[in-house]
Amino acid sequence: MTAPLLTVSEVSRRFRGLVAVDRVSFTLAERDVFAVIGPNGAGKTTLFNMIAGVLAPNDGTITFDDHAIEGMTSDAVCRLGIGRTFQIVRPFPTLSVEDNVLVGALLRHSDMAAARRHARDVLATLALHDKRAVQASALTLPDRKRLEVARALATDPKLLLLDEVMAGLVPTETDRMVDILRGINRDLGITILLIEHVMRAVMALAGRVLVLHHGAAIAQGTPEEVVRDPAVIKSYLGAEAAF
Amino acid sequence: MTALWEAMNGRGKLLLALLILVLLMAPLVASRYLLSVLTLILYFVYVGQAWNLMMGYAGQLSLGHALYVGLGGYVAAILWVHYGIGPWLSIVPAVAIAAAFGAAIGWLAFRFGIEGVYFALLTIAFAEFTRIGFDHLAIAGGAGGLFIPYEEQRIGEWWNLRGNQLFFYYLAFALAAVGVLITALLSRARLGFQWLAIREDEMAARALGIDAFRAKMKAILISSGMTAVGGVFYAFYNNTLFPAQMFDMSRSIELILAPIVGGLGTIFGPVVGAFILTPLGEILIVLTDWLGINLPGVKAVFYGLTLMIIISLVPTGVWPRIARSLDLKKHGR
Amino acid sequence: MWSIYLNVVLQGVLTGLVYGLMALGLSVIFGVVRVVNFAHGEFAVIAMYAAFLLFKAVGLDPLIAMAPIALAFFAAGFVLQHALINSFVGRPEHEQFILLVGLAIIITNGLLMIFGPDAQPAQLPYAFDSYLIGTMIIDKVRVYAAIAAVAVSTALFVFFRHTRTGTAIRACADNLTGAAVVGLNVKQLYALTFGLGLACVGAAGALMVTIADAAPGLGPAYTLLAFTIVIIGGLGSMSGALVGGVLIGVSEALAGFVFAPSMKSMFSFALLIAVLVLRPHGLMGKKRT
Repeated sequence: MTAPLLTVSEVSRRFRGLVAVDRVSFTLAERDVFAVIGPNGAGKTTLFNMIAGVLAPNDGTITFDDHAIEGMTSDAVCRLGIGRTFQIVRPFPTLSVEDNVLVGALLRHSDMAAARRHARDVLATLALHDKRAVQASALTLPDRKRLEVARALATDPKLLLLDEVMAGLVPTETDRMVDILRGINRDLGITILLIEHVMRAVMALAGRVLVLHHGAAIAQGTPEEVVRDPAVIKSYLGAEAAF
Repeated sequence: MTALWEAMNGRGKLLLALLILVLLMAPLVASRYLLSVLTLILYFVYVGQAWNLMMGYAGQLSLGHALYVGLGGYVAAILWVHYGIGPWLSIVPAVAIAAAFGAAIGWLAFRFGIEGVYFALLTIAFAEFTRIGFDHLAIAGGAGGLFIPYEEQRIGEWWNLRGNQLFFYYLAFALAAVGVLITALLSRARLGFQWLAIREDEMAARALGIDAFRAKMKAILISSGMTAVGGVFYAFYNNTLFPAQMFDMSRSIELILAPIVGGLGTIFGPVVGAFILTPLGEILIVLTDWLGINLPGVKAVFYGLTLMIIISLVPTGVWPRIARSLDLKKHGR
Repeated sequence: MWSIYLNVVLQGVLTGLVYGLMALGLSVIFGVVRVVNFAHGEFAVIAMYAAFLLFKAVGLDPLIAMAPIALAFFAAGFVLQHALINSFVGRPEHEQFILLVGLAIIITNGLLMIFGPDAQPAQLPYAFDSYLIGTMIIDKVRVYAAIAAVAVSTALFVFFRHTRTGTAIRACADNLTGAAVVGLNVKQLYALTFGLGLACVGAAGALMVTIADAAPGLGPAYTLLAFTIVIIGGLGSMSGALVGGVLIGVSEALAGFVFAPSMKSMFSFALLIAVLVLRPHGLMGKKRT
């Protein structure tokens, strides 16, 4: 059994007296697809940001690939192998789609030509190849979401953090994104941690799910287990969700 | 380098080649006055490119770039006038000292998250502080000025930047060409893309592993160093230096006009901007002289107006519009 | 020896209050409309010349001229915001700066063209009168100017704290979307705010001419001064602007006295740099907690 890729251990974060994340622990093995769900304000994004290097935890440790990463900056964390998308997408507006992804590719490829080749490969994976010359600001939302993923993917991450990547997508687009993400996980072996509200995607993608409520973990398990958990139903899903 | 060449289509290449040819041949037909105007244009192309690297690519607004012009010029001038060290050698300390100031400003700003208007104010504060400092610096001649003596016998010592108008014209041309080349190379290199990412969205850039601090430091170091070289040229071309003139904020504004009018973050923006603004300014002077209006400040009012008009109507600059309508590029910038 | 320093400090306080009024205008503009008014000092210089002209033409004391000038500046600010600056509110920061830098250049050099480079003093009849308090000699003009500055500032405080419009403007500063959602006419309020900000500048400029001579070159210096004060005093804090003004007034007076008058602004710039560096920032993406 290989060591886990990511270990989050008793991590807490407070904001001036408000406990946003309360002693949350979980581990991810390589190739896992792990979803974090819960009502708004449950602490998902705060947890996410602590792993991504935007915030430091007040307590607890986060270990990634045998490195202690709690308190590291976001660029350092990316260099270690964690890529992330933003909930509200942040493309580089005046750059083309290809150049956006190229910026990501330049992390591991210092040769411009090699970086471009890699960027084009990633674009193909995300089905954006034919839009590569379009200026990012001109893209529709679903395309921007895929660009966001493509850019993070171009940094050759071991772990991909996706922040509500399905938000704003209609069901067909959601399914498409699910397929792409499944492909990334299966073919490239990339571990995925996603925050999601869209249960359709969570059920289709996640191997395990963590449910947060008021900053604390109230359930952890397979999607089927979690969805039937009474505490989860009470706090978040509602009875209809148990399917 | 080839990437730049390839990005232009046939028309673009022809236009560029034509421009270079015209500039090289200009001394054959141009009067001394016209040559001096062209020299000024090319000087502004050069310093404009240097500033453009920092603003147009890395997105850091410096309104105190005259600091580096002044430092470069004064260091070289002081070493020449007091110690007889020629600019071919003194250019090294000149660039080093200017870059050191740039590094200090960069370190303070980027370490402490000083951005936007605060960063601009920081650059102004440093420039003004240095200006007043030099007013009281005896070795620099203080407020009274520093003068590089005219020595007839030295004309021709190109390594000491002693020459006639023709010499300085070709020197300015060389500088401008180098400036454009550096911009072209960097804009297509890894660093250039890191700068663009930072300019567009620093947080997103950092999420992609870009060390924003290092990239921005490189921007300010390169920009300040390049500008200092321009300062050395300026000092030995004009031969008189006053703190109020070298470090003044109007000087800082002067050198940002061309890149802004021409187009920030483009390779030829500063070139186009300089070639539009300087002649217009000179025409204005001629016009007002002819009309009998002798008011200092007319040119500046004109520049202020141009700035306001361009930033209101064509904020990305004139060059991208021209390039599009003349269809000079294959795609992209 | 003590009393000389005290004297210098007091002069600094009085001058600083006038500076503070000017900075107050910037704080209001910057804090609410978020416009970086790089032409702030230049507007103050226009006011100086206006007061100077009124004094020369009709012998109107600048302390009285302050009122009509402030009114005129209010109107000008209102129009300027509506006509020009409103369209820049959402645009990239640097475009805003450049616009106002351009305006500043036009103002400074326009004044240069009209009045020439030499400083023009407004020779008030009581310019050389002073109060004698103990061993201290305080210029009457400075006292009057300071009092006027405090009066105008107080009026502004009262407006922002106790009137509906003032509260509405503060709402815009705090939460723009929220303000729009509750039906506040943001554009109108912005124009009002810019007008008020410029009115402060106008008043300050009129007062300034009693203690300094009008000259076109003062514009950039005053702009930097206003920004220094606002940054030191704290953005969006009106009392901070006055406190900062006094601080700068005193430090300039002391620096000019201890070192050399020409070096006094050097000290202010060093202070600005120090404050910019040490000032706590709310960063997006903090590195460590």
